[in-house]
Amino acid sequence: MTNATIAVSNGVNTEALIGARGAFEQAPEAARFTFRSTCDWVEGNYSRNAINGYFGLGQDHQRKQTFTIESDHPEVFAAEDRAPTPTEIVLSALASCLTGGVASIAQHRGIQLRSVRAVVEGDVDVQGILGMDPDIRNGFSAIRVSFEIDADASAEDIAALVAQSQKRSAVFDIVTNPTNVAVSVA
Amino acid sequence: MKHIHTAIIGAGQAGLAMSRCLSDRSIQHVVIERGEVANSWRTERWDSLRLLTPNWQSRLPGFAWSGSDPDGFMNMDGIVRHLDSYARVSRAPVETRTRVNSVTVQGQRYRVSTDKGDWLCRYVVLANGACARASVPAFAAELPPHVQHFTPLSYKNPAQLPKGGVLIVGASASGVQLAAEIAAAGHEVILAAGNHIRVPRHYRGRDIQWWMDASGLHDVSVREVDDIERVRRLPSMQLVGERSARFIDLNSLQSAGVEIAGRLVGIRDGRALFSGSLANACALSDLKMNRLLAELDDWAGRHGIDDVQPPERFAPTEVPATPMLDLDLSGGRIASVIWATGYRPDFSWLNLPVFDRKGRLSHQEGRVAPGLYVLGLPFMRRRVSAFIDGVGSDAGAHADHIMRTSCRHAA
Repeated sequence: MTNATIAVSNGVNTEALIGARGAFEQAPEAARFTFRSTCDWVEGNYSRNAINGYFGLGQDHQRKQTFTIESDHPEVFAAEDRAPTPTEIVLSALASCLTGGVASIAQHRGIQLRSVRAVVEGDVDVQGILGMDPDIRNGFSAIRVSFEIDADASAEDIAALVAQSQKRSAVFDIVTNPTNVAVSVA
Repeated sequence: MKHIHTAIIGAGQAGLAMSRCLSDRSIQHVVIERGEVANSWRTERWDSLRLLTPNWQSRLPGFAWSGSDPDGFMNMDGIVRHLDSYARVSRAPVETRTRVNSVTVQGQRYRVSTDKGDWLCRYVVLANGACARASVPAFAAELPPHVQHFTPLSYKNPAQLPKGGVLIVGASASGVQLAAEIAAAGHEVILAAGNHIRVPRHYRGRDIQWWMDASGLHDVSVREVDDIERVRRLPSMQLVGERSARFIDLNSLQSAGVEIAGRLVGIRDGRALFSGSLANACALSDLKMNRLLAELDDWAGRHGIDDVQPPERFAPTEVPATPMLDLDLSGGRIASVIWATGYRPDFSWLNLPVFDRKGRLSHQEGRVAPGLYVLGLPFMRRRVSAFIDGVGSDAGAHADHIMRTSCRHAA
């Protein structure tokens, strides 16, 4: 351990993560996780996800509590605006993933963070989801993430943190690369 | 059945360097070569290729490059002549046109079976090259049937390509060189670029390879890096063996009319799908280049290197405003695809339990198993291990180890 990592505390246990890397090298099957969310329709566009159990390290895990994520549509879409839209939840997932990554990598590199804020914007032309124009996709045509980071580091080191965070981010990968999605009816 | 102390497989720079190191130690050996000396350089490289290292950096044990242009870059004829001379001067015992069919264990020895008979030996050195096979992603099978595909091992020159657009996958030295050459020949070229390593050919008036050598970066050993698997996976630096061009990078290619897309991540319904992460791949590459240049500046400052020009920094990579995310491969615009997606060695005839779960040869600094060694793999012992200039020191270390363990056997 270097002096830098002793002095820095971003609240990330990088030693445990590095230990996990070592363990997964010996038992790669333990690294295969499955995450789940269960969504119940409430009414209209309003729905509620319950998130608890996941599979990893070769077994099922239960959390101490069940988390809920609700979603609705805003009033301009004639809904009641009781919760964010699913697309906003995707943007927030991207922001959280990149922000958590910045903290982890800063810890690993011995950089003390004071504040990190990510502002995420995604452009959607709703003619796509309304089926009005086949040339317009349903999803985001572009996503922009703008970080404001206050840390004991040079501008170049901060840029490198943000770049590395994208390189290792699950949600960044999910939104930038295609994924096969299988939907079935039980 | 012939008996020999050591069998070296492959008569390229690695096999010839190993042979020389064993001869210098009076260790009896044979070099088994499927074709002629320097076979891969003769038969598996594109026509315009030149070495990425300057002539003077082709130092081999007991053999330096001697010519009138130390700062030039050898073409394939040049490197073949260089290695032919080395084999001759070293009197390397090369058995040409002899193909290895298998290497197996027989008692305390290895049995090397070839199409011209078998050798029984105590030691085997695998010197058959890190670039024997082109790595091609599995989804290459999804290409529409009318699209021809090539790898840098099968590509020779643009005349070989069908009329029409060319999708080049990969932006290491191979990918960027082919993109430049094929665009110059008048083809529409699209280059899919994932993580890549941008460097200037020359910096502060010196070749980048001079800097890497003089500063000691080439000599960094596997013991000095924190994640050896990561550095072994790094793509090659975007370079071409040509002094006049500062960069052969995504900027120079875009100026030459090449369209840049993100990493090719799949082919679906006849369309190539590119990652939306191009901007970050470029940002990472620019940051990495600037870290390297800062390290070189720092080294030059600390060592009082003053016969160089002042430090420079370069404009960042220009990323297209909206990089393409997909490309129709079935409509006829794209007639060929070149998979410049890396190389791997071929040890398919090595019938020993020496491979990891991903099928890669397991080794510790080139020692595979008792009596079994490998040479020339990326960052095998040092950063320079896969370079002509680096294989000699690794061969010397193996030869010393063979000496020591042979003596122990004899005692």
